[in-house]
Amino acid sequence: MKKFLPFLVLIFSLSVSNPSQADNLLMARTNLNFPEAMLKLQDSIRNHGYTVSRVQRVDIGLTHSGYVTDKYRVVFFGKADLVTRLSNDYPKLIPYLPFKIAIFAEGDDTLIIAANPLQLTDKTYPELKPVMKKVEKDMLEIFQTMRNNEE
Amino acid sequence: MRLSHQILSITLILAFFISPPAPADENGAALYAENCAVCHGNQGKGGVGVPLALPDFQYAVSDQFLERTIRRGRPGRVMPAFKNLSETQVRAIVRHIRSWAPGKPIRYPTIKVSGDPLKGRILYKKNCAACHGKNAKGGKGTGVTFSRPRDLPIIAPALNNQGFLYAASDQMIKATLMNGREGTPMVSFLKQGLREQDINDIVSFIRSFEKRAPIHAYREPGHDKLTVAYESPYGMKETIAALKRAIIGENFRIIRIQTLDSGLVKKAQEDHNKIIIYFCNFQLLNTALAVDPRVGLFLPCRITVVKRHGKVMVYALNPKHLSYLFNNDELNKLCDNMSKVYISIIEEATL
Ligand code: HEC
Ligand code: HEC
Repeated sequence: MKKFLPFLVLIFSLSVSNPSQADNLLMARTNLNFPEAMLKLQDSIRNHGYTVSRVQRVDIGLTHSGYVTDKYRVVFFGKADLVTRLSNDYPKLIPYLPFKIAIFAEGDDTLIIAANPLQLTDKTYPELKPVMKKVEKDMLEIFQTMRNNEE
Repeated sequence: MRLSHQILSITLILAFFISPPAPADENGAALYAENCAVCHGNQGKGGVGVPLALPDFQYAVSDQFLERTIRRGRPGRVMPAFKNLSETQVRAIVRHIRSWAPGKPIRYPTIKVSGDPLKGRILYKKNCAACHGKNAKGGKGTGVTFSRPRDLPIIAPALNNQGFLYAASDQMIKATLMNGREGTPMVSFLKQGLREQDINDIVSFIRSFEKRAPIHAYREPGHDKLTVAYESPYGMKETIAALKRAIIGENFRIIRIQTLDSGLVKKAQEDHNKIIIYFCNFQLLNTALAVDPRVGLFLPCRITVVKRHGKVMVYALNPKHLSYLFNNDELNKLCDNMSKVYISIIEEATL
């Protein structure tokens, strides 16, 4: 009987654990307007210990081509030592550094989009996985903060 | 022995109560907000995705249709397949969607509709192709329209899509054609003068796509390499100059040149052996954003030049690889082209 106990406990814990959605593309909608959402996003990024390195306009000329919005930016962020270490040790990641989140207006709402940092990992560098897991965790929290608008 | 018996029975009792989690444990509203609201709107009014809250949609579709759509998605048509949600989570989301339209959801009998697909094909061309496209491949734009203008308030879904055919029963398709969906461009074709037999013929034509090779498919993450990397035979300065020439030669404009760590470290500490060149072509940018605004995440275009271990290397992301993130057939072509442009710029500059 004793032999089965750990097994049962295992099954038990597996069945209670909540499968998290490991999506490749992280997306969120907030009903904050664009300037408010932008402030909140940058605050949330900083609260997770990252530096916002640049906010890049993407919407040059958008209004001329039929878009109702000209509110489209990419927010770049990172940690100096992490970005240096990753770009030195894993040159394949260079085009994807620093990290980024796109933010744009849709009507009165604002949407944010990012690629899941886990998609940068593969089997060649198993040691990279925990690093990206941590960045993923931070980004999932940032996205969740953006969804919750009651403050 | 007795003790372990007791522990065992306590564990079993606990397991019985706590697993599987009772359906009410899953918060459908929160799961919807997390997974669906970005495209279908917080209240299901649509946006990127089609509206889910309209009464005529709600009355026309069964819970099974909704569950299967969530599971399988619509390959190549933006709507993702949610493979990581549990059965109870999917059911909780469906309950949340149902809260927008009171009443008992319809259940269709599984009886197949029998009709003549060849006659249906002719009727389809005449009555449906204008919106649902040639071969039922769906309207242009996939509903991923965000705030840009579109031909119709809602883009007609792809009907030859394996995800749709898996979710929709014959009877559901038939009912949609008989009744239409008020509040959308999809009208009742009974009122348009088609007979019930005509509608049966069209249903069997649509069903016939199930047996043909699918034209829409999901791209897999590993289908192409993550990064484009080339070694340059020149020094840092010469490589950057050559890249600038090649970029302009491909009709792009240089937007900005900066170090990789710009904004992360003090100006004096910036590493000038890692340089980013940003560039852009407004025509291309606007075309790409019109097809799928989410792709702005990878814009403006960028090439990075890095000196490592005495060699000068040139790196770019690979749009062809990234296309799998978006599940958008229309975007795939643009991404594949963009990969070619990156490679041709870098090859020219490092020749
Ligand atoms: C004027 C444009 C238009 C025409 C013509 C039209 N449809 Fe539609 N159809 C739509 C739109 C838009 C929707 C999506 C409605 C919604 O969002 O609920 C739709 C929905 C549907 C659906 C449900 C799809 C789903 O994913 O739930 C079916 C089935 C369908 N149409 C079949 C047909 C057939 C068959 C014809 C021809 C007899 C036809 N339609 C003609 C615009 C059109
Ligand atoms: C990335 C955007 C996106 C996300 C996220 C998304 N959808 Fe969709 N969804 C779409 C699009 C676009 C379509 C229409 C596909 C087409 O045109 O062929 C669609 C279609 C559907 C349909 C079929 C509607 C009809 O008329 O038959 C249902 C049901 C649906 N989605 C439910 C959901 C649910 C529930 C979720 C969350 C679990 C979800 N979607 C998440 C974009 C999305």
